[in-house]
Order: sequence, then structure tokens, then C-alpha cells
Amino acid sequence: MRLARGGQIDRGQRIAFRFDGHRYEGFAGDTLASALLANDIRLVGRSFKYHRPRGILTAGSEEPNALVTLGQGAAQEPNLRATTLELAEGLAARSQNAWPSLGLDLLAINDLAAPFLSAGFYYKTFMWPRALWEKLYEPLIRRAAGLGALSGRANADRYARAFAHCDVLVIGAGPAGLMAALTAARAGADVILCDEDLRTGGRLNAEALELDGQPGADWAAGVTKDLAAMPNVRVMTRTTVTGAYDQGTYGALERASPAEAARPGAAQETFWNIVARRAILAAGALERPVAFRDNDRPGVMMAGAVRAYVNRWAVTPGQAVTVFGNNDDAHRTAADLLAAGVHVTALIDSRPDATTALDVPFYKGAQVCAAHGRKRLEAVSIATTSGIDKLRTDCLAMSGGWNPTVHLTCHMNGRPMWNPALASFTPTPGAIPGLTAAGACNGTMSTHGCLTEGARVAAEVLVDLGFKPADTTIPQAEDAPYRITPLWTVPGKGRAWLDFQNDVTVKDIKQAAQENFRSVEHMKRYTTQGMATDQGKNSNVAALAVLADATGRGIPETGTTTFRPPYAPVTIAAMGAGGQGAGFAPQRFTTSHRASIAAGAPMIEAGLWYRPSYFPKPGETTWRQSCDREVMMVRNAVGICDVSTLGKIDIKGPGAAQLLDFVYTNTFSTLPVGRVRYGLMLREDGHVMDDGTTARLGPDHFLMTTTTAAAGQVMRHLDFVHQGLRPDLDVSICSVTEHWAQCAVAGPKSRDLLNAILDAPIDDATFPFMACGPVMVQGVAGRLFRISFSGEQAYEIAVPARYGESLFKLLVGLAETMGGGAYGLEALNVLRIEKGFITHAEIHGRTTAFDIGMERMMSAKKDFIGKAAAARPGLVDPDREQLVGLKPVGAVKQLTAGAHLFDRAAEATRENDQGYVTSVGFSPTLDTFLGLAFLKQGRARHGEVVRMVDHLRGIEALCEVCDPVFFDKDGGRARG
Amino acid sequence: MRITCPICGERDRREFYYQGDAVALRRPDPDDTPEDWDAYLHLRDNPAGVTRDLWYHEMGCGAWLVVTRNTVTHEVLGAVLASDAARGAA
Repeated sequence: MRLARGGQIDRGQRIAFRFDGHRYEGFAGDTLASALLANDIRLVGRSFKYHRPRGILTAGSEEPNALVTLGQGAAQEPNLRATTLELAEGLAARSQNAWPSLGLDLLAINDLAAPFLSAGFYYKTFMWPRALWEKLYEPLIRRAAGLGALSGRANADRYARAFAHCDVLVIGAGPAGLMAALTAARAGADVILCDEDLRTGGRLNAEALELDGQPGADWAAGVTKDLAAMPNVRVMTRTTVTGAYDQGTYGALERASPAEAARPGAAQETFWNIVARRAILAAGALERPVAFRDNDRPGVMMAGAVRAYVNRWAVTPGQAVTVFGNNDDAHRTAADLLAAGVHVTALIDSRPDATTALDVPFYKGAQVCAAHGRKRLEAVSIATTSGIDKLRTDCLAMSGGWNPTVHLTCHMNGRPMWNPALASFTPTPGAIPGLTAAGACNGTMSTHGCLTEGARVAAEVLVDLGFKPADTTIPQAEDAPYRITPLWTVPGKGRAWLDFQNDVTVKDIKQAAQENFRSVEHMKRYTTQGMATDQGKNSNVAALAVLADATGRGIPETGTTTFRPPYAPVTIAAMGAGGQGAGFAPQRFTTSHRASIAAGAPMIEAGLWYRPSYFPKPGETTWRQSCDREVMMVRNAVGICDVSTLGKIDIKGPGAAQLLDFVYTNTFSTLPVGRVRYGLMLREDGHVMDDGTTARLGPDHFLMTTTTAAAGQVMRHLDFVHQGLRPDLDVSICSVTEHWAQCAVAGPKSRDLLNAILDAPIDDATFPFMACGPVMVQGVAGRLFRISFSGEQAYEIAVPARYGESLFKLLVGLAETMGGGAYGLEALNVLRIEKGFITHAEIHGRTTAFDIGMERMMSAKKDFIGKAAAARPGLVDPDREQLVGLKPVGAVKQLTAGAHLFDRAAEATRENDQGYVTSVGFSPTLDTFLGLAFLKQGRARHGEVVRMVDHLRGIEALCEVCDPVFFDKDGGRARG
Repeated sequence: MRITCPICGERDRREFYYQGDAVALRRPDPDDTPEDWDAYLHLRDNPAGVTRDLWYHEMGCGAWLVVTRNTVTHEVLGAVLASDAARGAA
């Protein structure tokens, strides 16, 4: 019910919203929770396991019960806490985990079956028969349990990631945080102040306290205004610091305000990485419930939350409120309710020596032992020294005391310390390097104490950072002592709830202890205590106390479970912002990309690169038709292929040749200027790393080509070998992959084509096979290499990247007039298989120079990377699988990559495995499928027929083992 | 996590490529025993505490660094150029 006066709400601004389809109204400044309570809605959700009716418990992000779903379709977002949702016009929330409706939930039958559903039920019951697990048990459990559901569709909303740096990060903008931020800001430090609420002030917004004679909330607003006006301060509201990480790095989730979120293209949430030289944790404290029978009924709420609804939102959660606590702070709730004109049925204090000056029925040394009513609270039973009293009430404000919010201090494996005076845990100093706790999260409970400690801690931090803190005046504020006598559970029959969100009761914890899950970590996993989305913020300490009692240990000996990030739930969309779809990985395009797309070429990914697969011509309906044509075009006329994706590494300096001799198995110091040589590179463990050609452009200048796949790896390797192993060599290494556009011009007519565009024509004498040199291409300085990956007479011509597109178009246009044209990766692959040229399908990381038949390329005259390891007996064992060619000779003419090889008569089992197929393609040149494969003792088995079995695709073929070079074995075509 | 590159200054770890133990800088001679080579290639300590690793400033200057850090506390204690370390300067 809305109170007639007060609250930080704008009564002039009515806001219409929907809950489960019904229309309601609230005011600007409301949360969904306060607006629901103002409309007297008590039942807001159903519990996880037993589907018990649940109401709003808290007024903050720790809320376990009031979870709702917003949005429709792809934008549907489940498990949002009504207590942190700002009310906005048109907001439509739906309750969760109830079917067919919130009021009538058929799965509430689980609640009747509770005796069978206690801790460990699933583990014990669904063990067998095993086959039923996947088909029956799991779907049933999944349907019955759980919270909100995802839409299953991609969310089109925008999310963002951001980075920030500061001298001092202040986490929490309550009295301690505000004083800390103010002190740091006035000293000139760069300050970021984060608070998860939509306004600063923390508990000052929820209390009827005064600072320097003005309402606490007004003081907070004033300080915040001053801070926001300072250029060295960033005040971030709606921002939850979710994790503490190494080296002063903090994760924070910022939610857009409803107005901001509604702007087209605006980020709904931003995930921040904040790097702070120092951090001050002023996260406050969270109130904990008391466990008694049916303490989860809608209407049973935290005392501090009831106070918050009354003071901040001018809403009373009940007409006749009972207050129950074990500490002085609970009395404030009664006082504030009275001040607001709300009827207080009784104030119950479990401490026998408690006193009150309030004019309310007062029970000391008494305990609420049961709540009555199902969908809303109707009465409570009170156990007094003289017996059980029953009181009619529609709201119970309970307080078991306050738990300092120590979570962030534990994110780097720190353990909090037990503080008997507070009956709670407080942070261990230094648990997070550079972070200091201040205020209630450090166990300082009075407002004055928080203000003072915030200023003091900030001053200490400032001195450490080399700033000179100015004198600060601490405002006048209450400084009442915090007195508490622990009360965790009220004895009695029935189920008493600890973890509301995961439906864990006192009985479950005791049962876990009985069944010897005595370690706190075991108890947690056995009962699921604290494993829900709220991570047990309300319940963990009480659960530890129950476990400690059940195992006969103290709470400090029992210890805590590990608090891990995030402090509050973070949407995956925010953490992975920008990583959806095309944002998942960078895309690299060659300069001919647009021309290839315009020619209708389907693009395929090669690492981050996109390369044309084939160039379809009118009338071609399958990729094979295009590929076959392109292969024949290269063999008979001329083909053009953009090969810019291959790595290009420029190596210069007096030590360049020596470095190459060291990284390649073969020798490059003997390579004449103007010549290219094929090189093989090993890893230090003796396996092949990469291959490619290296050209000598000058006495001290080489250009290395790597495969597309290994370009980054080879660059790293060269830098390592140079800097880490041969720093004595005077050499500079630079990747120039993106600086040059390079096209292969391949086929018998390649030289004719080139001579049409080169300023000075070439011939075989001046430019023989494996020659290289500078050329002018229509006035542009380029480079020409006579190298061939197709086996034809071929060249690769390179120009600075800005001319790449023109070069490609020019070459393809000319080629087409000569019966040729562009060819794609499919044809390139067939051409190289026909010639037995290897790619990373063959040099896949487990093959040696010996395996691929290149052992003679390992120079005996010098040391090189991988030499020692390559000589190990196991790497030159003749029984190893060696590169061979395969041709189908049986009825089945198809070969498949990945298939395994077996002796003709042997069963196709793992034990009989003789090798595997790495590359296949249909050769239009030879009119047959061809394959490259690794076969045990393969080189000695040419002519033998083996059986290829593809277990996955169900294909078997008989193949003849042959030399991997199928076409033009003597290489005459490339040379002539 | 941030590493202070001797050339570029303090940089985010996303700029670096992690390799492994800095033992890789102590390459045996070609005719050292197979045991020496085995140790160099494959045997690594797994210290709880201070360790020296190779990191490559791949998205920066291209320098290989020897980074000293603590595997328990995650403190990054320092970084020197691998070329200096290889020359015996560090």
C-alpha cells in the first residue's frame, strides 16, 4: 500500500506497467518491486524446486525470490530481480517457474512430495536404470526445476565493453564510499565511484537518518553533485562491480537507464574493465533472515527492506506489520513504521535483555516459530517463555543481523575472518592487493563510523599514491552501537528455509552433515546451498552456522565456501559484447575480394582470411564443374589466383643468410641474388613447422613466403630464433604480408600474358624457373617470382597492396582473352595434389621431413632448428607412416580425406590401421580421383593395392599406392 | 593482467602471446646428449611461486620478453628483453 506522504518518488509522474498481463500504476522512482508492493501484490514467483509461493524478500540485488522475465521473442530476458528493475512506462514483466499460472501452479505438488525430495534426492534416486537418465529423468527434472527460460534465439540488442583507468576506485556509494570518494577527489586523484543502485547514498536512501541535520538522502545527493562536477571524478550509478582480478583490475556491469536503453542502437549494458591503482571497497552489508517454520511465505521480509520500502518508496508492505529480530537495528524498522503511521502488531526480540522505548507490544526473549498462510502471510506463531502466541499479521519484518559484503575481498582466494561481536565475517586485510575495505563491509556498523572510516581509508590510500589529502569534516550522524545475539534457527517442526532461491532448508544441511558431507564445500554441493543466481547472499552464513552446529564445530573452524566472481549475475551478452556474428573474429580480405565477389565466387575461410572457392561460369551448376574447368584452364592456357594471403616476411641485414640457414633445414646462404629456393622449416622437436619459398632480393635482403595458415607462427618463430637464440646476428625481420598484393599467373600462356603488362618483357633465358627480380608493371614497381604451385610454367607477381585490385582485374581480363581466367582454392588444391605438393593437411604438426620424403633436405653440414631432435631413432623409423599417392582401382572411384587405410584382406579395425588419407581431389587432367596419404612403410609399397575405409561416411575403396607426384614427374612443364 | 614491456611500457596482456618456460633460451649444442635435448624440449618445472616465462609482444613491438611472475599470487615481477637475457645481460 502506498503511503500518503514521503519517499523519493515523483508522485506527479505516473507510470503504467504490466505484471502477468495485468495493468498497474506506479511512480517515477519506483522499482518493479516497490510498485508491486504499492499495488498490494504479494505473490510474485514460485520457488525453484518445490514451486512454493514466494514474495519479495529484499530491496536490493541480493533478492532470491522476486525474479521475473522481461521482453518477448529474441529479446526475452529471464531472472531479472524485481528489486533492481527500474519502473518504466510500458514495462511488462512475467512471473517464472509456474504453470499454468502463478496462482495455480500444478508443480506445487512437489511441495507435498518434499519428504522424498530432500538433499541428495537426485543423486540417490536417478542412478538407475542408466538408460532412463537421458530420455526420462533429465527432461523431467529440467522441466520441473529451474528459473526463467531463454528464448533460444539470437538477441539483437546491443551490448558494449569498455575500459577505464583510475587512481582510486570506490566500490559503493553509501556513507563510507561517498566520504572516501570525496576525500580522494579533493586531493586531486582520478576517482571512479561505482554503485549498483540508480542513485548514490546506499542505506542513506533507505533510512530516516539525518546527516548534519538534513535527510541522509539529501546529503548524499549533495555530495554526489559536488563529485560529478569535478573533472577528475566519474560517478557510475547502475554499475555493479562484479569481480576483483589481478593487478588492480575490476570487472563492472553498467546497466543503461530505461530512457537510455530505449534509444535506438544504445547499449543495454556495458561490461567494464577498470584498472585502478587502489580500490576502496565500501559495499555495505546484507541483512540475513532467521530460519523458522515456513519463513518463506510471501509477506515475510527482511526488516531493513521493509524500512527501505517505507522510507524510500513510501510503500508499506503490510497493514499490520510484525517486527522480529535479534539485534538493535531491527527496532529501527518498528520505529520507522510507526513514524509513517503504519500499524505495528508487535516487536519481537529474541534477546532476553532487550529493551525498547517504542509504544508497541514488545516481546523480549521470544521467537517467531512459524508463519501461517500460503499465498500471503496471515499470522505468525510466537514462542515465548509462557507458551505459543498466535498473532494476526500480514507482514513480518525479520532480521538475523547484518553480513558485511565481503565478497570481492574473497575473489583472489582470500578467506574472511569470523567476528564474534558482529556474529559475522569481516574481510581479511590485504586479501586483494591494493584494495581496502571501509564501512559496513568492514564491520563498521554506525553511520558516523562509516563516514569516518571512508575518509580515513581514503586518506591512507592517497598518501600511498603520493597525494596530499586535505582535511575533511565528518558530518554529524548517528553513532549507535550495533548489538546482536546470534539467532540462526528457531527450533521446531516443519521446514525452515535457509536458501530461498534453491529451496534449501535447515533439515537439508543437517542431513548433509549426517551423511558425512561435513566439509562446507561438500555440504554446498550436496544440498545446492548458495548455488543459485543469488549465490546465497542471504543464506550462506546461517547455513554455515547450522552446519557448524550439526558437526559440533565452531563457525570459524567450519569456514566459508569460496566466493567467486561475479558478485551479481552478468549477462553473457555483456561479457561477450561485440563478439556476436561477424564480431566473433576479425575478417581479413584480400585486395581482390570485391572483384571475386562480383564474379560470383563463393568465399571460404582460410584462418581469418576469406578466399574465393571457385568462379562459376554461366551453365555451371556444381562446384565440380567450375573446378574442373579451372584446372584444365591452368593446364592448357593460363589461370590467375590471388595468393596474397601467404605470409611474406622481409628479412634484411648482414646476418640474414645465417639466420635462414639456422631456421631452414636446407642452405640459403648459397642462394644467388635473383633466385628463389624452396625451404623446409622444422620445430625444435624435429617435426615440420612450415614450408615455402624464399627469394634473395639482394646480398643482405631476403623475402620469405610462408603458408597462409602458419604466417603468424613463423613470424613469431623467426623473432624468437633471432632474439632468443641468435641475438648476435645483425638482422631485421618484418611481416609484409599486407603490404604486397600477389597473384599467381599459371599455365603455358603465363609468360605471354605477363609480357602484355610488363614494361620490359621477360624470356626463359633472363627469367628461368626459380628466378626473381624487380619489374615495372605499367609504371608500378613490383616484384616477379618464377615459382609454381601448380606444376605449370608459372609466376607470382607482386605489387604494393594499393594496386592489388587493379592488378587482379587486369590479369583476369587479359587471361580471359587467352582462354584462361581466375581460379579458386578448389582448383588450386587439385593442381597441387596432381603434383604431390604438400600443404598443412600433410604437414599437420606430427609429420617429419622423413615422413614427407624430404629427409635429404636436412643439411648435414650445419646446425639448424630441429636437427638434433629429427635424428631421434623414433622419427626416422622406416615403419613410420610415409607420404604416398593413392589412385582408386576398384569399383568405387571416390576417395575421401580422413579415411583410414588397411591391408586388402585385413579387418578395418584400429589394430590393423596402416595409415590415413590427408588430401583428395578429382583430377580432370588424369580423369580420376587422386589422394595423398600417409601409409606405414609407404615408399616401399608403391604398386600395392590397399583398402581405404571411411567409417564416418561409410565409403570403402580399393586404391593403388603410388608416388605422390601424379603428373609431370620430371617437372618439365614448370621449367619449360 | 599487464606486463611492462621494456620497449613499449605497461601493456595489457591481450597484446602478448604466451610461450612457456624461459629455459627455451638455453638451447643445447647440437652434439649434446639426447638427455640434454630431451630436458630442453620436454621437461618443465611446474613451480608454485616465482617463474620465468617467455612472452611475445605480438601486437606491439615484436619483442620476446622474459617475464618473471609468481604463479601463486599472480604478481608480475618484471620483464626483460629475451635478447638481453640470451646475451647473458639479465
